[in-house]
Amino acid sequence: MNQRLETWRRYRVTFQTILKKEILRFLRIWVQTILPSVITTSLYFVIFGRLIGERIGMMDGFAYLDFIVPGLVLMGVITNAYSNVVSSFYSSKFSRYIEELLVSPAPNWVILAGYVGGGVARGLVVGGAVMLIAVFFTDIRIHDPLTMLLIGVLTATLFSLGGFINAIYANSFDDISIVPTFVLTPLTYLGGVFYSIELLPEFWQTVSLANPVLYMVNAFRHGLLGVSDIPLSVAFGMILLFILMLTVYSLYLLRRGVGIKT
Amino acid sequence: MFALDVQHLTKIYRGGFHALKGIDLQVAEGDFFALLGPNGAGKSTFIGIISSLVNKTTGQVSVFGHDLDHDPEGVKSCIGLVPQEFNFNLFLPVIEVVLNQAGYYGLPRHEARIRAERYLRQLDLWDRRDTEMRRLSGGMKRRLMIARALVHEPRLLILDEPTAGVDIEIRRSMWSFLRELNQQGTTIILTTHYLEEAESLCRNIAIIDDGRIAERTSVAALLQRLHTETFVLNLKGRVSELPQLGGFVLQALDDCTLEVEMNREHTINGLFEALSRNGIEVISLRNKQNRLERLFLELVDRQNAEAGV
Repeated sequence: MNQRLETWRRYRVTFQTILKKEILRFLRIWVQTILPSVITTSLYFVIFGRLIGERIGMMDGFAYLDFIVPGLVLMGVITNAYSNVVSSFYSSKFSRYIEELLVSPAPNWVILAGYVGGGVARGLVVGGAVMLIAVFFTDIRIHDPLTMLLIGVLTATLFSLGGFINAIYANSFDDISIVPTFVLTPLTYLGGVFYSIELLPEFWQTVSLANPVLYMVNAFRHGLLGVSDIPLSVAFGMILLFILMLTVYSLYLLRRGVGIKT
Repeated sequence: MFALDVQHLTKIYRGGFHALKGIDLQVAEGDFFALLGPNGAGKSTFIGIISSLVNKTTGQVSVFGHDLDHDPEGVKSCIGLVPQEFNFNLFLPVIEVVLNQAGYYGLPRHEARIRAERYLRQLDLWDRRDTEMRRLSGGMKRRLMIARALVHEPRLLILDEPTAGVDIEIRRSMWSFLRELNQQGTTIILTTHYLEEAESLCRNIAIIDDGRIAERTSVAALLQRLHTETFVLNLKGRVSELPQLGGFVLQALDDCTLEVEMNREHTINGLFEALSRNGIEVISLRNKQNRLERLFLELVDRQNAEAGV
């Protein structure tokens, strides 16, 4: 029993070490990691919200500026969670200091949890900063804080896992920018950040249902505003399913040593 | 129990390159062991497999009784690795590199701080603890890799060319540090291109060539096999004509320098007596070539000849 407790204590220390290292990393370079998202989303609020939004009118019963707040917050969470893990893990591969972890007795699931934890932390820091900015531009009242927080954490977890898998396969710094540019950004923009899918023709509404970001944005919008194009249970189910799939795949890649061992 | 017990270890890389072709090797607990071999012989692959950086193809590896296949965490807990190439986050301060490594091994923070200070002091890096890695010299980085590998106090320390590119003074101080560590009970496996290093530090030796163990013996036994030794003598005066000395082969390198090849049956005292009888005075002498280096080359040449290379 003592042996088992000692093992779990060791895992906890390892997890805390990786997590702390990851958080210090993005805080140390906050001008590169946090500030750009804050500035970009502030511009979205000014341009799409104040200038163009007032001409668009109401959407789902809310002022357009209020309607896009959940999507903008979640966009910050998604891109930052993803890019934190992909850049950090790939850098550790590129400079070979991933070997510090590989020679240690840290189990793969603890390594994965540490990196994902770092991605979630950055996603939530940026998401929180965007929410604070939103307070200056809107008079939103949070409808369901627990749902909002849960969706924020789960979304950050999912995209951190995505970033981890991207980093494992990446062989150059180009490889870590391809997915965010050509996959992540289109999925986010087409995931209902700026519009309700009810505005789309029926065919495109059906196509949109294949986009996982749609479920997150809508569930988050439910937490913030109380409206959603998708039932909340379906949204949670989809996100959890994707998290499970990516976790299993990440652990499989780590066990095989793909991209990190020869 | 062996510190390291390797049976039938093979490694075939993707693409078909056969890096290890069935290595069997045992290293006793407390040994200071040298692993030698030419470039591309398989030394780094061998060390990579033991330290879990390279996947083996077949074979068994056991470290202090922990099997790599069934108890990888046990194996890793016993090993400290000093790799050949720098593998740091260059933007971290020295102390954080060591503390992080301690954390990966599950050491509580207060214990990690005590050990980090101890090893950084022993390796003359404590004053640099807040310096970013990228601002350290090559020698400092090498010493830091040793401090980092020791922070969890491993029973087996593996050093892959630890003194490459390090000046003589630092190399000597690292040698004395490693000797002390070995005397305190840490088993050490060392690969090096400085064969003088292996001769000076290690008790036992294995030579890997072309993915196989070409030789496994003690350093003393290996050196016994040398039949001749060659010395270079600096003379006090000029020598116009070389004398004929039985058992010694003399060659003038210039007017004041002699090269003498002597059979192991003879002694240096005998050489000096013979030279004195011929009116030749010696100011100083040195070995022409590191003894182990010569044996190493002979062994590798013999292997290549047998393989028809």
